[in-house]
Amino acid sequence: MKKGKENGAQGALKRISGPVVTAVGLDAHMYDVVKVGNEELMGEVIKIQGENTIIQVYEDTAGIRPGEPVENTGLSLAVELGPGLLTSIYDGIQRPLEVLVDKMGNFIERGVSAPGLSHEKKWEFVPTMKAGDDVKAGDILGTVQETNIVHKVMVPPRSKGGKIKKISGGSFTVDETICVLEDGTEIAMLQRWPVRVPRPVREKLNPDIPLITGQRILDGLFPIAKGGTAAIPGPFGSGKTVTQQQLAKWSDAEIVVYIGCGERGNEMTEVLTEFPELEDPKTGRPLMERTVLIANTSNMPVAAREASVYTGITIAEYFRDMGYDVSLMADSTSRWAEAMREISSRLEEMPGEEGYPAYLAARLSEFYERAGRVVNLNETSGSVSVIGAVSPPGGDFSEPVTQNTLRIVKVFWALDAKLSQRRHFPAINWLNSYSLYLDALNEWYDREVSPEWNPLRSWAMGVLQKEAELQEIVQLVGSDALPDEEQVTIEVARMIREIFLQQNAYDAVDTFCPMSKQYDMMKAIKHYADLARTAQVGGATPQQVVGIKSKNELVQIKFTKDYEPALDKIRKDMEAEFDAMRAA
Amino acid sequence: MKEYRTIAQIAGPLVFVEKTEPVGYSELVNIVTADGTIKRGQVLDTSDEIVVVQVFETTAGIGRDSGIRFTGETIKMPVGKDMLGRILSGGGKPIDGGPEIVPEKRLETTGAAINPYARAPPADFIQTGISTIDGTNTLVRGQKLPIFSASGLPHNDVALQIARQAKVPGSTEEFAVVFAAMGITREEANYFMADFEKTGALERAVVFLNLADDPAVERIITPRLALTTAEYLAFDLGYHVLVILTDMTNYCEALRQIGAAREEVPGRRGYPGYMYTDLASIYERAGIIKGVKGSVTQIPILTMPGDDITHPIPDLTGYITEGQIVVNRELHRKGIYAPINVLPSLSRLMNLGIGKGHTREDHKKVSDQLYAAYAEGNDLRGLVAIVGKDALSDRDRMFLEFADLFEDRFVRQGLYEDRSIEETLDLGWDLLATLPEEQLVRIDRELIQKYHPKYRKQAQG
Ligand SMILES: Nc1ncnc2c1ncn2[C@@H]1O[C@H](COP(=O)(O)OP(=O)(O)OP(=O)(O)O)[C@@H](O)[C@H]1O
Ligand SMILES: [Mg+2]
Repeated sequence: MKKGKENGAQGALKRISGPVVTAVGLDAHMYDVVKVGNEELMGEVIKIQGENTIIQVYEDTAGIRPGEPVENTGLSLAVELGPGLLTSIYDGIQRPLEVLVDKMGNFIERGVSAPGLSHEKKWEFVPTMKAGDDVKAGDILGTVQETNIVHKVMVPPRSKGGKIKKISGGSFTVDETICVLEDGTEIAMLQRWPVRVPRPVREKLNPDIPLITGQRILDGLFPIAKGGTAAIPGPFGSGKTVTQQQLAKWSDAEIVVYIGCGERGNEMTEVLTEFPELEDPKTGRPLMERTVLIANTSNMPVAAREASVYTGITIAEYFRDMGYDVSLMADSTSRWAEAMREISSRLEEMPGEEGYPAYLAARLSEFYERAGRVVNLNETSGSVSVIGAVSPPGGDFSEPVTQNTLRIVKVFWALDAKLSQRRHFPAINWLNSYSLYLDALNEWYDREVSPEWNPLRSWAMGVLQKEAELQEIVQLVGSDALPDEEQVTIEVARMIREIFLQQNAYDAVDTFCPMSKQYDMMKAIKHYADLARTAQVGGATPQQVVGIKSKNELVQIKFTKDYEPALDKIRKDMEAEFDAMRAA
Repeated sequence: MKEYRTIAQIAGPLVFVEKTEPVGYSELVNIVTADGTIKRGQVLDTSDEIVVVQVFETTAGIGRDSGIRFTGETIKMPVGKDMLGRILSGGGKPIDGGPEIVPEKRLETTGAAINPYARAPPADFIQTGISTIDGTNTLVRGQKLPIFSASGLPHNDVALQIARQAKVPGSTEEFAVVFAAMGITREEANYFMADFEKTGALERAVVFLNLADDPAVERIITPRLALTTAEYLAFDLGYHVLVILTDMTNYCEALRQIGAAREEVPGRRGYPGYMYTDLASIYERAGIIKGVKGSVTQIPILTMPGDDITHPIPDLTGYITEGQIVVNRELHRKGIYAPINVLPSLSRLMNLGIGKGHTREDHKKVSDQLYAAYAEGNDLRGLVAIVGKDALSDRDRMFLEFADLFEDRFVRQGLYEDRSIEETLDLGWDLLATLPEEQLVRIDRELIQKYHPKYRKQAQG
């Protein structure tokens, strides 16, 4: 494919303006990857205008001069896909950060390239197909034990397929041929795929299985489906990153792709140090073994930040093609949008709302559209769930990135500075948030949790809504003025908030709450509410009902691992206290 | 070196030069005026037709007759061991009457990003002696934790108290201070210098002064010179460096000025759309590197225009830094020092630096409980204003009183009062003990029985 250095593949720089440079005399197509300047910095063609080719450069352009050469590789920006992705940490253009430390030390300098995968490492390939079998694009030829995850080696999606002439097991690098088709096509484990193009699937399915996250407010009140999309907008410090990291840690996806897009370096380091230590609750293996990290921090080149989101989703799609459930976190899509804005303004494009390019909405929807639960080309089914953080300026959700995102995604977890300031975490506002998957997931909860779960959920939401109405009255007249019954509603709502909704990501036990425990906790709160109601009908005062001591123990259940005996005891104690009250 | 006299246009801090040989992007430029003064600038945009130079000093005196020299290299900062104790201008020139810096190295001022793979997670607790920081918004080594303040508030006192008292308990490692002033008044600068001198901190400090009457555009490089120095002290010489940058609001104003001169499409409130990225290239220069001895801890100070935390300057800062310490006018009016409002304050790295082996096992939970109780009491103040105290339930009244007590005892402390972390946490427990035990829902039973004053007294008595 490489055009080499014949005429037109090489041009010269004419202008350098930050990350955007202009070349003349270059034959290029949109999104071709080019090498810029004497140091051969990596760039991508983003505009062609007359004889000018406009290029965004993925590395710092300081010192580059007009007249330096530009060379077109003729390839588009692509990632390397194959064994070796898992446990890696990449920058926005899939350079492994670990390799970069070896090559250039502790700081990221420029002009160093490094392939996304090791081309030396040998992997043990075990064929699952044999000579004579017919294969088509996407079909699984065999497997490699990559970590505890089995990597499925597939026929590339654009291959014509055919009959297998030869396939051999053994130790191979990603470049070596593992399979030859009758027509002479050689297949290696390595696939390259252009990041801006979605990988093909056979069919999209309706998401009807929840992505269980172990976070009570998410699983319990606003669940996301496997293959679904969610946005988590909130002002700074409200909990976007912690929530995304919680999902990366505890959600029951088989593969996690975590993109730190224009955010903090230390946050990526935290993931890097924590994940190898934490165990996947399902497999008991280190979480890192199922994780791919993309880190293009806020001070790394802005064009590579723009690319990082595509790099991430392409890797996610690749694992989906193997039949895995993948979840992808992008923190933060606002920084991605800002990168688009910065490039667009350097191109002197006509700005849309708040300076963002007019194509912002289109780019966002194209990105989220790459999520989904699908039937793959090879008939396996897999999913990519996408959870995007949004960082609205001033915490104001009416800005373009939040608004355009909300028009696409199906789940909205609205972070609220008021809640985070009082350390109610996760600071997700239960009145503004929603999940459009609820109806589709009801059946799963009926079947897998309990037929009682859905009514219990509706009850809890009802109490919380009622509380909000009552709070308005309280603000005017004080809580003592409420009718007796409502005073107890306020207490029950407080219990739902403090016991069920609040969840401490830093408590060893509370950080992950299995669905069964969520159900038990909510049921216990409801049990108190029912006992209270009965007692009130029998003439008990709100003070008496609220004064039940044993219910205060419920909150400790969160921090208790084997909680069942304790919960049983609380239930009995509550009943006994209410009995005693009636007797008195 | 070739000198051009081909200035085509001068607009604000920008000089447009034509008919040059190829000039590198970001290159350092010397501009020689008719009277022989040399002014420094940097290439913002370069092409075979026109080169745009941003001048770091006033453009007064620059004209068609000025000579332009392109140096062929990007801006470098000479650094050396003898920098400690020195006072430099905002452009990095000695202004204390002492000799030139003997450079051991000349470093790129833009500062490459630390490879996230090379970073070590910051986890060393820094005791500042201020309860609202140590107890509820803990600072750790390698963190960037700004002070959000507003005009007329004692943010300088807070910053100085931190600089005076900051220590890592149990550590005797060397530390240094890099202080960068951007557009502050001579009087404010003197206030800092006097305190540094009094406490002997000046000997292990490097001071960069760009004062209110110094060129605004110079402010663009001041923090970068300061951080380049800090990185050298930390990662080459092994110091633990505390960097104080004040006032970042003036820095952002200078950024806006350049954006306007370039006729860029402005972002929110006229600040450039790339301000987030630009600020990140400053704030992200903090941290710890695996296997390297020193560290860079940053305390930028900014004044929020109109006390508005949603203003683009605090907003974008908060999105980059690892929390913020918010100085509050209401507490200040009540006569409480240090007037830090803990509710909007945050330290994101706190969890790494506290707890068993760092501070004390009950730290996190005590902090959470103090927050929750104070927040609840504080909310009730609004309610009391409308319905009066009598309409409150007993529970509400307790929290209301707690909020007052919290401000009066936990927040309030002396300018020179240096509380140990144990004192701070015990004080927290004393306050929590005014609430019924079952209200302490954020703390597990075990810790209550170990640290609650009630049980401690029992254990002793
Ligand atoms: N579930 C949680 N449990 C406990 N603490 C939490 C939780 N969520 C958030 N926090 C606290 O809130 C702080 C800020 O959260 P986080 O860093 O996720 O904010 P953010 O929304 O990502 O902010 P930014 O936009 O600036 O990146 C955390 O450092 C932590 O102290
Ligand atoms: Mg975040």
